[in-house]
Amino acid sequence: MRVLDKRTRLNRRNFLKTSAASVAAAGAVSGGMVSIGATPAWAEGLTAIKPDAAKTLLVMVRDLYPHDRLGDAYYEKALASMDQEAAKDATLAGQLNEGAVALDTAARKLGNAPYAAIKAEADRVAVLKSIETTPFFRKVRGDMVVALYNQPEVWAKLGYEGASAEYGGYIHRGFDDLDWIKDA
Amino acid sequence: MVAKFAMDDDGVVVVIGSGAGGGTLANELAQKGIKVVCLEAGGRHEIRDFVNDEWKSFSQISWLDKRTTSGGWRVAKDFPNLPAWIVKAVGGSTVHWAGASLRFQEHEFKTRTTYGAVEGANLLDWPVTLAEMEPYYDKAEFKMGTTGTNGIPRLPGNNNYKVLAAGAKKLGYSEFHTGNMSINSKPRDGRGACQQIGFCFQGCKSGAKWSTLYTEIPKGEATGNLEVRPNAQVLKIEHDAKGKVNAVLYADNTGAMHRQKARIVAVAGNSIESPRLLLNSASTMFPDGLANSSGQVGRNYMRHMTGSVYATFDRPVHMYRGTTMAGIIRDESRFDPRRGFVGGYEMETLSLGVPFMAAFLDPGAWGRDFSSALDAYDHIAGMWLVGEDMPRETNRVTLHATEKDKFGLPIPNVNFDDHPNDIAMRTHAYGRGSAVYDAVGATRTIHTPPYPSTHNLGTNRMSANARDGVVNKWGQAHDVKNLFVSDGSQFTSGASENPTLTIVALAIRQADYIADQMGKREI
Repeated sequence: MRVLDKRTRLNRRNFLKTSAASVAAAGAVSGGMVSIGATPAWAEGLTAIKPDAAKTLLVMVRDLYPHDRLGDAYYEKALASMDQEAAKDATLAGQLNEGAVALDTAARKLGNAPYAAIKAEADRVAVLKSIETTPFFRKVRGDMVVALYNQPEVWAKLGYEGASAEYGGYIHRGFDDLDWIKDA
Repeated sequence: MVAKFAMDDDGVVVVIGSGAGGGTLANELAQKGIKVVCLEAGGRHEIRDFVNDEWKSFSQISWLDKRTTSGGWRVAKDFPNLPAWIVKAVGGSTVHWAGASLRFQEHEFKTRTTYGAVEGANLLDWPVTLAEMEPYYDKAEFKMGTTGTNGIPRLPGNNNYKVLAAGAKKLGYSEFHTGNMSINSKPRDGRGACQQIGFCFQGCKSGAKWSTLYTEIPKGEATGNLEVRPNAQVLKIEHDAKGKVNAVLYADNTGAMHRQKARIVAVAGNSIESPRLLLNSASTMFPDGLANSSGQVGRNYMRHMTGSVYATFDRPVHMYRGTTMAGIIRDESRFDPRRGFVGGYEMETLSLGVPFMAAFLDPGAWGRDFSSALDAYDHIAGMWLVGEDMPRETNRVTLHATEKDKFGLPIPNVNFDDHPNDIAMRTHAYGRGSAVYDAVGATRTIHTPPYPSTHNLGTNRMSANARDGVVNKWGQAHDVKNLFVSDGSQFTSGASENPTLTIVALAIRQADYIADQMGKREI
């Protein structure tokens, strides 16, 4: 069977400009290990989402759709797409920034720490559960399930090849190459 | 030479919609020398415009005008403004259909007789039998180049099919194969053979899949009798003092209004827009909407019992390679009430790319349970379950009480509640679907809820008696003899099969009837 090489390639064009450093560190999954003090470059590049909110949202999005083999860069890119929308929509910008503050408030109540500082994923998930019905949560969840999984770089990681017509389809590229079922 | 007809030409047949029903009817009439103006709400995107990208394509071709939903169906919760996943473009939903072309079974035309009185269901026998339909099924299969008919070989099975077939065999199922697909397995009718591209739902880039966009419509245009006007959103059908329809009011993409006169009007805007148009065409003479003396316009909305089963394996599958609907198990489509429900269902392979898999696998889900399924994406096989759902009077398309579209007309609301029979069938189908994959070593199976409806049916149903439905056995309105319904909204019941072949067969048959009646000056 023709299987795919899922290793990250550093020379992809159009990849998030700020991603090189993040991708280099992709082996070590950040998640809850984001440092709380410094403002990372990618967060400073956002327009509508404030840096503190961005750091919280990044951990939130990782917890919504955790893939241990995806570096932060993919999640940052997804957040950047929502930031672009928020830059044109003050209501959304407010919802995201205030939502991040509310998430921290909920986190302090349940975990005695800001959201991103809670160490265990299970504890953060419990915080997310507590705000699951809020418009803020629904907006982030709904937008991120599209923005995260609509990245060709993520497709490659998950073993999806994307567009195929320009390669002549799969008629000569393994549409029927499954070899582990006898008599299939 | 593509025809151009005058707005005041009252000799034309106006066909509203250019999909399986409208596009086929328009061509069939044009071939007979009848002048046709086909009004299509969407734009004309040719094969070269299609994109192998799920969300981009979705924005390009889908019907995205706002609709609302109500009722207990899960789609109303997950996709409150997207009850249906259909196409707004020349070619209609034949642009994104998978290609499955199955004949209805004899008993499926006689559901009231066969199933008896099912409480809470508005079952009715079709005024047409399988025997009457067979010659038209023959013509439809020949026209569409359906595999497994007319000596056309079936398509080769892809990886997703191999998994399905192996499971079917282990379970002892007897009727499974790569389907009756209107996708060329060999070059035919000026179109090439399937290149196993995948992306059948995004518009076939090779043209191997039959679509009215590049078959019926250009053939009709070549006669000089068919004019297709894209970006023409029909707002109202008008009638004369005798109650015969005589013109159609539509808006073009600049918002300018036009009135096309008509000798005959055929409505084929899919089962949400078609009843909406009839309801929006209410007048002093027809206060409850055009052709609605029965009160059945918009009622009996059906969308098939659906669901999907995705299964993870320890070895790779790459289900997305090749045709989206690559094979079928038909054994469960029989009538066998011992299973706890009437009607039957088909099991058909289906694959989604990563973007749609994320959106549709379990809408609203998040966390590791969800993301771990996507982590195994290339090890997943998938099938769609599609079965007969019960027509119910309360499952209906109505005009929204307050919300209006940009032309000031009420938008449609789609209300739907699963019938207990639908739920019993879905539960059974999920179980059998899982069993198919478990038989070949699935490590995890996931039961995916219904997608927004692709099979929208029944809202202008056929009936022998005018009090029971909207149109007669020819799709001709009981109340208005020069008004026809030509899409799936005329279905009396939904059957277990994908509807397109039957829509096309009915359109061919309707064209014969219209030509005959015009010749006799009956209409």
